[in-house]
Amino acid sequence: MNLGYFLTIFISSVFIYNVILSRFLGLCSFVAISKETRPAMAMSLAVIFVITMSSIITWFIYRLLLVPFGLTYLRTISFILVIATFVQFVEMAIRKISPALYRFFGIYLPLITVNCAVLGVAVLNSDMFFVNGKASPGSFYYSVFQGLCVGLGYALAMLLMSGIRERLEFCNIPKALKDFPLSFIIASVMSLAFMGFNGFKF
Amino acid sequence: MKRALQELSRGIIKENPTFVLVLGLCPTLAVSVSLINGLGMGMAATFVLVGSNIIISLIRNYIPARIRIPCYIVVIATFVTITELLMKAYSPALNRALGIYVPLIVVNCIVLGRAEAYASKETAFNSFLDGIGMGAGFTLALLLISGIRELLGAGRLFGYSLVKGFDPVLVLSMPPGALLVIGLLLGFFNLLKDRRTEK
Repeated sequence: MNLGYFLTIFISSVFIYNVILSRFLGLCSFVAISKETRPAMAMSLAVIFVITMSSIITWFIYRLLLVPFGLTYLRTISFILVIATFVQFVEMAIRKISPALYRFFGIYLPLITVNCAVLGVAVLNSDMFFVNGKASPGSFYYSVFQGLCVGLGYALAMLLMSGIRERLEFCNIPKALKDFPLSFIIASVMSLAFMGFNGFKF
Repeated sequence: MKRALQELSRGIIKENPTFVLVLGLCPTLAVSVSLINGLGMGMAATFVLVGSNIIISLIRNYIPARIRIPCYIVVIATFVTITELLMKAYSPALNRALGIYVPLIVVNCIVLGRAEAYASKETAFNSFLDGIGMGAGFTLALLLISGIRELLGAGRLFGYSLVKGFDPVLVLSMPPGALLVIGLLLGFFNLLKDRRTEK
């Protein structure tokens, strides 16, 4: 395990290869929920939690079930089922334990099941940290950390976007560009700014 | 016959999944760097769409309503795995270029959306036509975006350079270019729609 590698994972998954602005995962929720800061915040927290937890779970499934039995081609099916079940469980648990938190998350928690970022990170982890069907040393910690960082990157892009869009409410914009088109153009400018981090080399 | 044609053509223009329903954008943006990639992704998604539409509409009466979404996901994931294995075997270069976006067809909202909104209510034949239509609409949208990006961003179409001495706008083949192209295209189609309703 290499501590410097954690820094690389942090910078590359929060800034350089930001899930939304460079990998385009979780784009649907990004344009749909970024109208105001509060829901954007709730969604981001939910995403950070679910991605980190699903990184842990999918690592165990891949390492203990799929790799030893030579079933890696079942990756897609098993990951999506486990993620969907996990999200359902979390939803039930939160509803039971803390109704206030449940109201805060609202409909955003179930929506995460079909958020490509979650499955994307799980697939990415199994691609990056398993070489030739074997777990590389420290892969568990790297996977979990990468999950957390991707979640943070999602939250960063989401908060920036919702801040900008709250201001845009008071602007006079062409009718054809309202909502979706303008959000994409803003995201494009943000993505251009984030590309500046590409200069970092480790 | 007329009905069948309607089912087919609806996905291409009137309910185009990308520009009208604004669904399934993640692969659209990530993959549309070149026409070849766009075509590959479009065909893969069409195959999954047609296959899952047929199977889901055949078993629609046996699926309990409360657990229908997980059932749909299993069917869709099966077809995605078939696509993945076929692509790995017959077109490894395309598989490398599309990368993690092939398994991500599972969470493409178009596929699940058609299963829920259409295939779970209609006959297998109509669902088959709907799958073809929607897939064609998705593929055409991908070709449009990737055509623009490859032409302006690299000065090529299908890998062949067209104009000599053309300085490509490199940023269009990078991530910001994808967001910019789709934003402007959506705005353009909105403008067309507004013009038509005014008349």
